Amino acid sequence: MTARVFVPCDALSVALGADEVAARLVAETAARSLDVTVVRNGSRGLFWLEPMIEVDVGGMRHAYGPVEADDIPSLIDAGLLDAGAHRTNLGPTDQIPELERQTRLTFARVGVIDPRSLDDYLAHGGFDGLRRALAMSPSDVVDEVEASGLRGRGGAAFPTGIKWRTVLGAPASPKYVVANADEGDSGTFADRMVMEGDPFCLIEAMAIAAHAVGATHGVIYCRSEYPHSIATLEHCIGVARQYGWLGTSIAGSVLEFDIEVRVGAGAYICGEETSMLESIEGRRGMVRPKPPLPALEGLYGKPTVVNNIITLASVPWILAHGGAAYSGHGVGRSAGTLPVQLAGNIRRGGLVEVPFGITVRELIEDFGGGTASGRPARAVQIGGPLGAYFHNDQLDTVLDYEAIAAAGGLLGHGGVVVFDDTVDMAVQARFAMEFCAVESCGKCTPCRVGSTRGVELIDKIVLGEQRSANIAQLEDLCEVLEHGSLCALGGLTPYPVRSALQHFPEDFGQRNQQDEHDAQENI
Amino acid sequence: MPIPVKPDQSTITTCAYCGVGCGFKAETSGGQIVRMTPWKEGKANHGHSCVKGRFAFDYYRHPDRVRSPMIRVSIEDPWREVSWDEAFAHAAGELKRIQETYGSGSVGAVSSSRCTNEEIYLMQKFARVGLRNNNIDNCSRICHSPTQFGLSATLGAGAASQHFDSILRSDVILVVGANPTEGHPVFGSMMKRSVRRGANLLVIDPRRTETVDSPHCRASVHLALRPGTNVLVLDSIAHVVVTERLYDEAFVRARCDWDDFELWMSQVGDVRYSPDVVGPEAGLEPDAIRELARRYAAGPNSTIYYGLGVTEHSQGSTGVMCLGNLAMACGMIGREGVGVNPLRGQGNVQGGSCLGSWPHMFTGYRFVTDAATRAVFENEWKIDLDGEPGLRLPNMFDAAVAGSFKGLYIQGEDPVQSDPNRHHVEAALRNMECVIVQDLYETETTKFAHVLLPGSSSLEKNGTFTNAERRVSMVRKIVEPVAGLEDWEITVGMINAMGYELKYDHPSEVLDEIARTSPAYSGMSFELIERVGSVQWPCNTAAPEGTEVLHTVTFPRGKGSFMLTEYVPTKERVDDRFPLLLTTGRILSQYNAGTQTRRTANNAWYDDDVLDISADDAAQRGLRNGDRVRVASRYGETELSITVSGRVHPGVVYTTFHFAHTMVNAVTSDLNDWATNCPEYKVTAVEVTKVTKVTKVTKVTEVTS
Amino acid sequence: MWSELRALRDGIDLGTPPRDGEPVTLSVDGIPVTVAAGSSVLLAAGIAGCTVPKLCASDTLEAFGSCRVCLVEIEGRRGYPASCTTPVDEGMQVRTTSDMLAKLRRGVIELYLSDFPEGDIDGGWSQLNTTLDQVGVHRLADDHPYRSGANHQGGVLDMSNPYFVFDQAKCIVCSRCVRACEEIQGTFALTIDGRGFGSTVVAGQNESFLESDCVSCGACVQACPSDALIEKSLFPGGYERADSSQA
Repeated sequence: MTARVFVPCDALSVALGADEVAARLVAETAARSLDVTVVRNGSRGLFWLEPMIEVDVGGMRHAYGPVEADDIPSLIDAGLLDAGAHRTNLGPTDQIPELERQTRLTFARVGVIDPRSLDDYLAHGGFDGLRRALAMSPSDVVDEVEASGLRGRGGAAFPTGIKWRTVLGAPASPKYVVANADEGDSGTFADRMVMEGDPFCLIEAMAIAAHAVGATHGVIYCRSEYPHSIATLEHCIGVARQYGWLGTSIAGSVLEFDIEVRVGAGAYICGEETSMLESIEGRRGMVRPKPPLPALEGLYGKPTVVNNIITLASVPWILAHGGAAYSGHGVGRSAGTLPVQLAGNIRRGGLVEVPFGITVRELIEDFGGGTASGRPARAVQIGGPLGAYFHNDQLDTVLDYEAIAAAGGLLGHGGVVVFDDTVDMAVQARFAMEFCAVESCGKCTPCRVGSTRGVELIDKIVLGEQRSANIAQLEDLCEVLEHGSLCALGGLTPYPVRSALQHFPEDFGQRNQQDEHDAQENI
Repeated sequence: MPIPVKPDQSTITTCAYCGVGCGFKAETSGGQIVRMTPWKEGKANHGHSCVKGRFAFDYYRHPDRVRSPMIRVSIEDPWREVSWDEAFAHAAGELKRIQETYGSGSVGAVSSSRCTNEEIYLMQKFARVGLRNNNIDNCSRICHSPTQFGLSATLGAGAASQHFDSILRSDVILVVGANPTEGHPVFGSMMKRSVRRGANLLVIDPRRTETVDSPHCRASVHLALRPGTNVLVLDSIAHVVVTERLYDEAFVRARCDWDDFELWMSQVGDVRYSPDVVGPEAGLEPDAIRELARRYAAGPNSTIYYGLGVTEHSQGSTGVMCLGNLAMACGMIGREGVGVNPLRGQGNVQGGSCLGSWPHMFTGYRFVTDAATRAVFENEWKIDLDGEPGLRLPNMFDAAVAGSFKGLYIQGEDPVQSDPNRHHVEAALRNMECVIVQDLYETETTKFAHVLLPGSSSLEKNGTFTNAERRVSMVRKIVEPVAGLEDWEITVGMINAMGYELKYDHPSEVLDEIARTSPAYSGMSFELIERVGSVQWPCNTAAPEGTEVLHTVTFPRGKGSFMLTEYVPTKERVDDRFPLLLTTGRILSQYNAGTQTRRTANNAWYDDDVLDISADDAAQRGLRNGDRVRVASRYGETELSITVSGRVHPGVVYTTFHFAHTMVNAVTSDLNDWATNCPEYKVTAVEVTKVTKVTKVTKVTEVTS
Repeated sequence: MWSELRALRDGIDLGTPPRDGEPVTLSVDGIPVTVAAGSSVLLAAGIAGCTVPKLCASDTLEAFGSCRVCLVEIEGRRGYPASCTTPVDEGMQVRTTSDMLAKLRRGVIELYLSDFPEGDIDGGWSQLNTTLDQVGVHRLADDHPYRSGANHQGGVLDMSNPYFVFDQAKCIVCSRCVRACEEIQGTFALTIDGRGFGSTVVAGQNESFLESDCVSCGACVQACPSDALIEKSLFPGGYERADSSQA
């Protein structure tokens, strides 16, 4: 009876040595003539436990981690294949507390299946959503997505059903479905985990979207910094074509749809949907003004659905279980679940899929275990490098698009980055401006010139030069960026800067006081 | 100082260069032109320009400008500066003496297509009331005279049927023997706009020109036919239209002569014009011919633009008739987005055609033999007029060599450089006793002149130009003429010196006279043009502000006529001695004979004519890029540097003719169009051999101020 | 397309191309105005007689939306949309002036001035000068925080074309030249190289204008609002860079 041992192939696991672990496992079991199949699964998202290997014992998965290649001999000796005791034994995977408390709808299969195996996908409910969608009219599919309350998980949080409805109603052709996999926010990895852990889910989702809106071509625009994702997607698209899940007469229906992967080239701005479309068209990744909306005039000027990977990966579940089931989770107008990405100075970093409604504090303390350094957390940046920094006093804010916005922040793609009390918020504010300056496409003046001036202003403030005049100018600049920028890159840069100035003012005056003191000493 | 000079005055005028006729604002500061900016309300250009009109205006103040009238007894003598009156008296005296000695028909005149409508009109008036004969011609003889003949024969009017904007409503654009990107750049840009918006571009041209292939603008079919096979290929396209029943029967029955059509159908429908037969002969894939024909016929709106690649052939007029036939057969006449449009080259060559500068026609294309028309002018001019057609310019040269033609008044033309068979032209001029040239500078032709009258550039006079759209626009005086008289004043002086009293206070009076005597211009006046900006003829009571699209209801003769167009190959053949075919053309930065543009900084882009040759032909001859070669034909030879180019197919070589020293027209043949004598510049059999010892001066350094 | 060319008027720049289309009536600063559907709010404001300052907009080019000077307020809509890229809607109510709009426009202009040669402003008569007049700021105060920052004042000065210069010091990266070469001339000789603050106008593959595919039609010179591209003939003693800059 062949035993199955799972070693993740997720890029993070690989970075921590998973490939060496897998190789050692293969070598050791072969040397001992043990009948073992090593399956490369996705990551469960419990990063502090990676490389986390699992063994299937009687249909139940048992986890061990973090495991190094040199642990393999002792693990096998300790009865790995029977879930034997070992220093690294974590018990049944599903009972690991940080995993058990999650609500994995979108990430249900990530870490469970072999991402490259169509059979494994099908055995775990794969393509159920598409089959059900193909039996419905396009308009009814859109209804289901509207009923789910799903909102764009890339950051804009626009109701997905409304977007699909707009494209369905657009008369031009051909139509396109574009998956935005340019996950550029620092501290985020949810898109990557799906592409590397459950890629057929994305393919299914795009086919459902194609049926719903009448599209024939799909593009996955993946950032160049995700080579494992790209390779996995290419493989799975080939398999899908081979078995009739892409191409003509998909699943015996009249649906005709195919997908190509297009690779970015190191520009954060190409995660902005119109720049991304420009990039796909072979042009400079510069932002297009809206109107017209891509839903009406998108790729090559045609009606285009542009959705984030997580948005799309949520769709098969919605079609399989019904929109009402999805909207049964969540709070207020934030329906369903959010795959939060905990990172930064955090003890237990990783992927936490929970319904909207949990507080930030619960995320950081209950799931995340507080800071990795053990020092008090001082600031939490939510929503990526353009998100506001939340002060300790604000950590009881509920995770919900509107609630976070009311607190002056931005939930965005769900990245949560924790900083302890050694953080210098003036440096963080400078980083926000610098990030904008480096990643600016250069089209609009507030961002192109303003971000550089922003860095210069913060430098002067920190050095104590005309502090109040420079702070006043910085606030004016933030206003120009917020209201004058062409897109959200310039438009949101004021969020981290203002929140730093507002909640951590002491970081902007400390050195000034020191210099003043030194200057007085020297008179 | 870093702040630019701000112009204190801005005057709207029309460009001096090509037949697009862009509207410009001449901006001056302290009386000097500091820049020319395109006029946004110019209906030909809508605020766009090209390097020539926009920037290359310094030629008007070049040191080479002739500043004083000059005369000499023999062409070996040095020039002697004289007053205007003395020059007029001497010139007229000589012409009269010659007429008394050799007969009334022994003298003639040639008008310039670079001069205004009023000036051209006055030149033909000079011939008719001053010389009392019809020996008056214009330079469209050597370029678009077949347009005149061929379009008149088929459609009834020898001018473009559309205005330029019409191309924005075209679904299919067929460009034949023209390279708008280089030759009519502002129109070329409009064409590209249309193609970027989805119009289908089809090109018939031996070369892979810039029009065929440029960023975001590619021809979907390019027939790179062997030079000389135009009519064969056009008849083959017609063959497909006829045999596949792609013609618009309703249109033909309603608007054209059905009997002519049936005759034409049986000519082009014959198997000898089938693409399978024609393809190999013309060097084309038969299916490409079919594809082009089908796309053109399908439209819905297909338009034709053509140039000297159609007309400058021994069957030039036939080629034009083929285009007229094709458009009528497919119903592509008489609305926006369709039509047949010659791309007239010169700024006012259309004017030259319209205003009677022909030996056989008065203004408005009416024959001198027609008594009623003659009566109109006899009445207006109060003098009897000769009813016999006069000599065409090539005939004048022939007669001069034969000894019977002795005097010529040339306005703004350089036939020694631009006409075919240079040696023949030189011999003709040498045989004459009085050659009067009116020009801005000394040229190849002034070397043979006895009287040199300093001409005025179009920045130095008032008048009108007619562009390739039949659009009449204002030309305004920006600066004073260098030698004190505007061109029209010079011709008036000549007319008076010949004994006919004539006075105009202002060129507007000349346009008024034209309006009185010419139906198509009857509504024109300076006042109207100034009020509405520009006016396309016909402009009369039926169309008081002009006509954008022709043939909308009927053709000028009522019905359109299908003309038979049997292919007759040119006598110019390749053989072992002359195995390559030379064709000629233009580039963007230089203009025609280069008279103006060589005297500007445009030489930065192009400072010599260059021979384009394919890699195959170059390799066979041991040639490399940049080598000097001898280009020889049965008629003459010259020396050029080569560029190995992918734009020409093996068997074809190409050059331009912008530089005097190149003397390309010493090589081109004497053959010409059967109907109009338009020279066959486009097909000359040549051989190209490497030159090891340079025997010619390669470049003349042009001084720029 | 018809109106886009034939409705152009000399001496007036409506900011975006006039359109053909059904009439739409809106109000700008309380003034009712009717324009063709598809027209921009900027064009409608101009027709209504309400001047909205602009830089990257020209009625011979499609709207681009990069300068962020032409911002307006629209009743019922959030934010401060660019009037050049906002199509008119029936019944729309537009405000072209307010304290916030003045503040934002001033803020944008100050960013421009922080990287522009000061010596080229006084006495200048370019479209940029007109916009500075309309916004009401012509120079940064001597102690302005934006002074002495990174800039392009030492950038490229391309004199290769015999008729015009390209002076990067005066370039405001509005892309009008690039767009003119694409949309009007159709040669596609110009592009923006680099990104962000390093964005620069270049000809061809970062060649000189003369070496590139540029055919010297002058459309870019005609389009440039800041005299970065300008005729050499307007400088009788030869072209000079200004000595000083705001930077």
